[in-house]
Amino acid sequence: MKLAFSRILLVVVALLWVGPYAWMVLTSLRTLPEIVAAPAWPLPKSIQFDAYREVLTAIPVGRYFLNTTVMAVAIALLQILLALPAGYALAKLHFVGKKVAFALVLACLLIPAQVTFVPVFSMLGPLGLVNTFAALVLPFGVSALGTFLVRQALLSVPDEMIEAARLDGASELRIVYGLLAPMLRPTLASLFLFSFVFHYNDYFWPLVMTTDDDVRTLPLAVALLREQGTGVRWHIVMAGNVILSLPVLALFAAVQKQILRAVTARVG
Amino acid sequence: MKPKRPLDPYLFLAPTALVLGLFFFWPLALVFKNSFYRWDMLTPPEWVGTANYGQLLASGELWGTIGRTLSYSVVVVVTSLGLGLGLALALDRPGKLYAFVRGAVFSAYVVSWVAVALLWMWILDADGGLLSTLCRSIGIVPKNWLGDPAVALYTLAAVSVWKITGYSMVIFLAGLQDIPRSLHEAAALDGAGPISRFLHVTWPMLRPSASFVGTTSLILSFQAFDVVRVMTQGGPVKSTTVFVYAIYEHVFVNLRVGRASAMTVAFFVLLLGLTALQLGSWRLGRTGARRA
Repeated sequence: MKLAFSRILLVVVALLWVGPYAWMVLTSLRTLPEIVAAPAWPLPKSIQFDAYREVLTAIPVGRYFLNTTVMAVAIALLQILLALPAGYALAKLHFVGKKVAFALVLACLLIPAQVTFVPVFSMLGPLGLVNTFAALVLPFGVSALGTFLVRQALLSVPDEMIEAARLDGASELRIVYGLLAPMLRPTLASLFLFSFVFHYNDYFWPLVMTTDDDVRTLPLAVALLREQGTGVRWHIVMAGNVILSLPVLALFAAVQKQILRAVTARVG
Repeated sequence: MKPKRPLDPYLFLAPTALVLGLFFFWPLALVFKNSFYRWDMLTPPEWVGTANYGQLLASGELWGTIGRTLSYSVVVVVTSLGLGLGLALALDRPGKLYAFVRGAVFSAYVVSWVAVALLWMWILDADGGLLSTLCRSIGIVPKNWLGDPAVALYTLAAVSVWKITGYSMVIFLAGLQDIPRSLHEAAALDGAGPISRFLHVTWPMLRPSASFVGTTSLILSFQAFDVVRVMTQGGPVKSTTVFVYAIYEHVFVNLRVGRASAMTVAFFVLLLGLTALQLGSWRLGRTGARRA
């Protein structure tokens, strides 16, 4: 009885969360006449890739995918590159103003992009930086959370190890990037994945900072598929949706553990 | 440790300080400044004192927006928390099937808001959508999910719940891992049934996870934008114009930077309030866990 109940629950939950994806994929494999005639049921008689062909001709998918991936990778790498020396100074070095510096980094956790986008937009406009790659990447060059997590991870590295490397004549930058970075690999991998997925998916910032095809990203283009033209052609929109979400779902399936680690990491 | 050269720490922090200064602190200062000006980004800004704030209060826009954002957020947080807890308890079992379903629920959290919003627009579509078709086939007249001002905000909330329930589920699952088996066994030996074991063992141990998830998802749902922009554009008749969407509209539709900045200041103050709540509840959660 108990077992039967938990089985039923399992099926209901699976239907609720897997069902919509299945519906998305099924729709994308149909043709317009099929959807108009019988939108929900029955299953398509044969698999049609028309919708995907139409998406590929309607928008330069390759170009947008490249823009999105390069942007997300650049942001994630920059965050790690800058968090390492900053975290090292905050965790290991004594200097005047350390407490204040750390407090200021933490304070940035309270300032989301939704608060800064209006002034940043009005700042970058006159500089001619709206509609550039820089406007997409630089504002996210530092992750306050990332800096914090790197600092926390470095606290547990024994000082003796750094002293020994210094005695061996290693420069400070070599210690940071050559010795400490490899030791922090799990933390850095989680940070990278978390940041990559967030910015790959991001709609808000690219929407307000770009109008040009040259720098626009895939989420914007897919959202536009619905707004274009007369009458929504859902099979095309769903094909766009599949193209947008498949890379992230594949990445998730491949490195689920690291992504979960990043999500369940907490401040405090 | 002593730095190798006295200036090293400052050099290491310089790039971080530059980015944080340019893109966090300076914009924050600009928002405050701009909120006292009228500015359309084309002509020079004009000082108007507190007129922007006065307008927001007098027109009722501020309270209306706060009300809508709060309604949306409370529904999202309470429902996703309850569902996430239930799913964590039900799916915390060994086996590939359970792992797959856990992964499926969480995958919605990983996928783009755009994809989720578009997918649900199609499911909710009045003509051919899956839900409307299902409703009709069992003889219910489907609601106009996104076109009815009384319903649209809650439709958006439901879609958001579908997307973020996986988040609270994984936090609760992590919390469940931290509960020692021996506690459950001891309680079972004392004759505690499943309900009293949940109330006296599981829930006290999960309290810190619950307050963490509750406050982080409250703050995140306060910043909702994508789902609104894609599904309703703030409509019908403003019924889904939540905070960030209102700010966006002021800047990009009405070209009113001053009004948008005043709105942003109010938004920021509210976020600070919520964060204070968060810090408070963490402290409560911690002492609660210690007592248990």
